[in-house]
Amino acid sequence: MTNTVSDQGIGKPVRRKEDFRFITGNGHYTDDINRPRQTHAYFLRSPHAHAKIKSIDTATALKAPGVVAIFTGKDVAADKLGGLICGWTVHSKDGSAMKAGAHPILALDTVRYVGDHVAMIVAETHAEAKSAAEMIDVGYEALPAAVSLADCQKPGAPQVHAEAPRNTCFEWELGNKPETEAAFAKAAKIVKIDLVNNRLIPNAMEPRAAIGEYDKGTGGYTLHTTSQNPHVARLVLSAFVGVAPEHKLRVIAPDVGGGFGSKIFIYAEETACVWAAAKVGRPIKWTAERSESFLSDAHGRDHLSHAELALDANGKFLALRVKTVANLGAYLSTFSASVPTYLYGTLLSGQYALPAIYVEVDGVLTHTAPVDAYRGAGRPEATFLIERIVETAARETGIDPAEIRRRNFVTSFPHQTPVIMNYDTGNYAASLDKALEIVDYKGFGGRKAEAARRGKLRGIGFSTYIEACGLAPSAAVGSLGAGVGLWESAEVRVNPTGNIEVLTGSHSHGQGHETTFAQLVSSRLGVPIDQIEIVHGDTDKVQFGMGTYGSRSGSVGMSAIAKALDKVEAKAKKIAAHLMEAAAEDIVFENGMFTVQGTDKSIAWAALALSAYTAHGFPSSEIEPGLKEGAFYDPTNFTFPAGCHICEVEIDPETGITRIANFVAVDDFGTIINPMIVEGQVHGGIAQGIGQALLEPGVYDPESGQLITGSFMDYCMPRADDLPSFNLGFTTTVCPSNPLGMKGCGEAGAIASPPAIINAITDALGIRDIEMPATPARVWAALQSRPKAAAE
Amino acid sequence: MYQFNYVRPKSLTEAVALLAKADDPKLLAGGQTLIPTLKQRLAMPSDVIDIGGLKELAFIKAEGNAITIGAGTKHYAVATSADVKKHIPALIHLAEGIGDPAVRHMGTIGGSIANNDPAADYPAACVALDAKIHTTKRLIEADEYFKGMFETALEAGEIIKEVTFPHPEKAAYQKFRNPASRYAMVGVFVSKGPWGVRVAVTGAGQNGVFRVKAMEDALTKSWTPDAVAAIKVPAEGLLSDLHGSAEYRAHLITVMAKRAVAAAG
Repeated sequence: MTNTVSDQGIGKPVRRKEDFRFITGNGHYTDDINRPRQTHAYFLRSPHAHAKIKSIDTATALKAPGVVAIFTGKDVAADKLGGLICGWTVHSKDGSAMKAGAHPILALDTVRYVGDHVAMIVAETHAEAKSAAEMIDVGYEALPAAVSLADCQKPGAPQVHAEAPRNTCFEWELGNKPETEAAFAKAAKIVKIDLVNNRLIPNAMEPRAAIGEYDKGTGGYTLHTTSQNPHVARLVLSAFVGVAPEHKLRVIAPDVGGGFGSKIFIYAEETACVWAAAKVGRPIKWTAERSESFLSDAHGRDHLSHAELALDANGKFLALRVKTVANLGAYLSTFSASVPTYLYGTLLSGQYALPAIYVEVDGVLTHTAPVDAYRGAGRPEATFLIERIVETAARETGIDPAEIRRRNFVTSFPHQTPVIMNYDTGNYAASLDKALEIVDYKGFGGRKAEAARRGKLRGIGFSTYIEACGLAPSAAVGSLGAGVGLWESAEVRVNPTGNIEVLTGSHSHGQGHETTFAQLVSSRLGVPIDQIEIVHGDTDKVQFGMGTYGSRSGSVGMSAIAKALDKVEAKAKKIAAHLMEAAAEDIVFENGMFTVQGTDKSIAWAALALSAYTAHGFPSSEIEPGLKEGAFYDPTNFTFPAGCHICEVEIDPETGITRIANFVAVDDFGTIINPMIVEGQVHGGIAQGIGQALLEPGVYDPESGQLITGSFMDYCMPRADDLPSFNLGFTTTVCPSNPLGMKGCGEAGAIASPPAIINAITDALGIRDIEMPATPARVWAALQSRPKAAAE
Repeated sequence: MYQFNYVRPKSLTEAVALLAKADDPKLLAGGQTLIPTLKQRLAMPSDVIDIGGLKELAFIKAEGNAITIGAGTKHYAVATSADVKKHIPALIHLAEGIGDPAVRHMGTIGGSIANNDPAADYPAACVALDAKIHTTKRLIEADEYFKGMFETALEAGEIIKEVTFPHPEKAAYQKFRNPASRYAMVGVFVSKGPWGVRVAVTGAGQNGVFRVKAMEDALTKSWTPDAVAAIKVPAEGLLSDLHGSAEYRAHLITVMAKRAVAAAG
């Protein structure tokens, strides 16, 4: 693949090019950008989880100092703007399409969650807009709210949308029900478990922000926004919301400070800013306060599940059946319907040869913030379920947890699961073995005994995970309900001086694309990475692209670049052949030099690039001048990163504090471009997994629907001292489904780690289950109520 | 933040005069509580009187059998004071455990006890060490000063000048932090001195800091961790929330008291 010896090429731990500007305060985030004559927006939000809006009186607020304009749902309706959409249609068992009401930009007559958008105030300053918001008199008729996931489908529960009876958006199923039932009928052992997958609130470091602008002269709109996929934002805003035609709308996502999925989606605020900019004739800027982020960024996870695993007498898995209720919140967000279905049910086979699986998922609506993809998106929920029930099976059968996994691993590839996915390659025993070695599994008994002498309870927990990345083969996702294709695009522009611009449809919001993508180019063309510019995030510069999520930028985005590089190289060789009067097939390109094979005739990369533009040395009737090539790459399959995480915890029984004593992660990501960045991604992912397992409670009051964990005073984000030093290892099976052999690494840590941690805690405590986050208070309460025998 | 008048008096005398004149004034020292409150529009004072720069309030004096700390002294100064380290090392441990470095370089002891947040650390030290709180009007005994959640004996127009801590024979502070906010969920300060034995608990009580008489009696008989290990504090009257039930907090009081006695030696 590579044809260059470079210390900046594939596989080298190159320092991130972008970090100097980030850590010296020279990044350009949306809030850093100010436009001439800019105004500021503030959104008045619903204080009620559910209420009718009887009246909105803006008369006093309109007279407040600095106020430019105030917009409500009526103004949006008068302009006939469409609502926000869900880009994935899921169908129920009975064949009917999912059901939900409209998702207006500003609430029209009903508010459906605390934080729902009621009015937009535009003023000279943010403070003036905020002050004016307090002067708006909204007549609410407060109504009972459906908040509890367990109760929202019950008869008599308050209804979120009239269009979705019993608050049920869809009743989806996947798998082979008759085979599953038959397997359970002959099972020697059935293991059952009930699980809660806690709601999480994303909390990217940079809050969401937007600047909408309208140019009266050209009729063009510009939106700067914190987006992971600016082209998709433009498509939705033009084709569905109808803010402006696509060619008159430029969307720019400049430096973006973290997203974790929450910045995939198209939200009300940026939509309102770009729409209203034309109304007020001035740019409108909005930056979320942290409290608004808590209330209105799409949340993650939030499942209730019951699962049963059938085993034969030898501990071989026969079948899995799962019933999950997944919270979608008050409105369907951009991809929310796909997360608890096609990104969840399809992964329930885990690393195991499971002959039969049947899963039912009810997607339900509640009076809470919308729930959508959050780092891992469906796959953490699937992994948590399968790795918790497998661990429980090990305990109930008395088979060692490593052994029961090994006994059931998929060992031949390709492997067709009963739930759509076709695993292309992997070696699950290899990652398990390596993790067992790093953690010193044999020595665990000794460590447990030593901890006991110090009055501590030590436990060990496994998670042998698989996930699906590289979203995704377009035809495949289209057949499952996606409204878009999930290919990626690239354009490689070689300048006359030989340096290079790569335009990519991927979008970096912390992943380090400016470095890794340049490393690929450096490997292929022999050009140092400081002569390679990665351009992304501007629909006026970059050809259409699908953006960054689902750990797709390496396997899909870089594959598109590789394809464009193939074309560049082919054309450059043709030019070189003319320049050196040789046949194109005799040209060898290595280390940035084009050489005629078997001769000392050669031409360097930069000279070739210049020749391509002077067009003096070749017939331009045969070869067009210039050196610029584009490619669209559509993957042939998902990729399947997999591995083994093992966690050891020590619990202080007096306080209930859990300390992670050791965390081992062995991952198979296929080809690795930059090991330092990959390790950083694994660290960050595990940190988020530890957050979910131990710290982060996304909690609404079940009666009032108020967000109880609406600030960092109550929502516990992981801090450095909550985290151990991670012990990482890698195994490699090269992915056959893309030209670079990459699988993706961005989400694995968050997917794999929560069950390893909970398995370790339940092992330490000798209990079946503990709800996440396993806070000291919950651990202590579990210790108080555990059976006497277990306590000894 | 709503608008207010901002004034920066040059002396404590001037601050008292300004305080008397304003409609609805607030004193600003380190601003670690007031500034976030203002930013969230949870307070709308007419005047903010900034005494944070008054040098006459920022000092640590070791005299006789006591240490006197000016109300405007920052937590960082207490945490790094050689005099405090020599005579009351437990206060060093307390001060260096407040918030994070940014908080400790801004927040003041006067601000902490004037606000009397139920999760603040200093109230436990004041009560357990039998501290004297000197104001612009009078001397208030710590036992009389803390009146309830965010309530103190301070009257309108009264400013804390300094706090005097008599030297203890033994003292230690142990706290269990709220996992999210890192404020004390339960903080227990134990001491033994001329005043006898005291056990003061912060963070857990619905009415702020309180003493645990049963533990004080037990430690008076035997100053050992075991003496308090079996003493259960009633859950009634303790805070209960997402982070822990009243029963859990009651249990933690015993654990932290035991650990504090062990730390005090």
